[in-house]
Amino acid sequence: MGVYILCLVLFSVGLYCMLRKRNIIKIIIGLIIAEYAVNLFIVLLGYRMEGRAPIYAANQEILNMVDPLPQALVLTSIVIGLAITALVVGIAMRIYERYGTFDITRINKLKG
Amino acid sequence: MFELYFLFSFMIAGAIIAVTVKDLLSSVIAVGVTGLGVCLTFLVLKAPDLAITQLVVEVLCLIILIRATIRTDLPFATTGRWFFNTFITLAFIILFLGISYIALLDVPAFGYPIMKVARVYLEQGFIRTGAANLVSAVILDYRAYDTLGEATILFTAVMGVLAVIRKKGRKKIGEIEEGQDE
Repeated sequence: MGVYILCLVLFSVGLYCMLRKRNIIKIIIGLIIAEYAVNLFIVLLGYRMEGRAPIYAANQEILNMVDPLPQALVLTSIVIGLAITALVVGIAMRIYERYGTFDITRINKLKG
Repeated sequence: MFELYFLFSFMIAGAIIAVTVKDLLSSVIAVGVTGLGVCLTFLVLKAPDLAITQLVVEVLCLIILIRATIRTDLPFATTGRWFFNTFITLAFIILFLGISYIALLDVPAFGYPIMKVARVYLEQGFIRTGAANLVSAVILDYRAYDTLGEATILFTAVMGVLAVIRKKGRKKIGEIEEGQDE
């Protein structure tokens, strides 16, 4: 239970950064932190006490394996997270070229 | 258990530094600290495939972010209503933590998952798929369509990035190419 709470605290740090900061790069950093926290939380849910990695090998003493399903899906999620980060950073760089700033309060010519 | 708590404290410290520091480059480096902490945590949680992937992704992510932050300004925005905005944000986060605490009471205790689906994978995975690594058995055999969708999303995102950061539009026929951008 304590580990889950710490994971949620990490998510909250990212959430605070996303909601409160005005710099686009800081917002992206908050997004990355929140994504790490969610991935960690899903892997934590599949952990088994005294388990070992889900790989078959001969002559093992420990028989319990951790849950392979969350690990497989988080593997997908990590790669998609990288793609999302690249796309958002690309858009941020275009905004910087257009407006000369990363401050979201000064980006106000979006109409028309 | 002790190493998990230690790594989580490390990651939270890195994240707080990344959020509060004013220099953008230092902030990006602090995010790298958090990402490497995530990689080590995956190793402790017995997920070596994830640790390798996370390491590669972390390095690429750092390179992309440094490319975005280098040679740019450091806007320092102080507006009015600072207290109001911070108060609203903190109130929302406290509400979120409270609701998630109530939700966590129903989650099985740490270290004792339910594993209704995974039990079948663990018992018959090697016989049915022939893969010694069960994670690759799941992503490449049992849930291969998920991996196909992931590849589609990756391809779409790469097309999006290329379309967004391209400096010049498409050239007309007969015009001379002037060299690649970026």
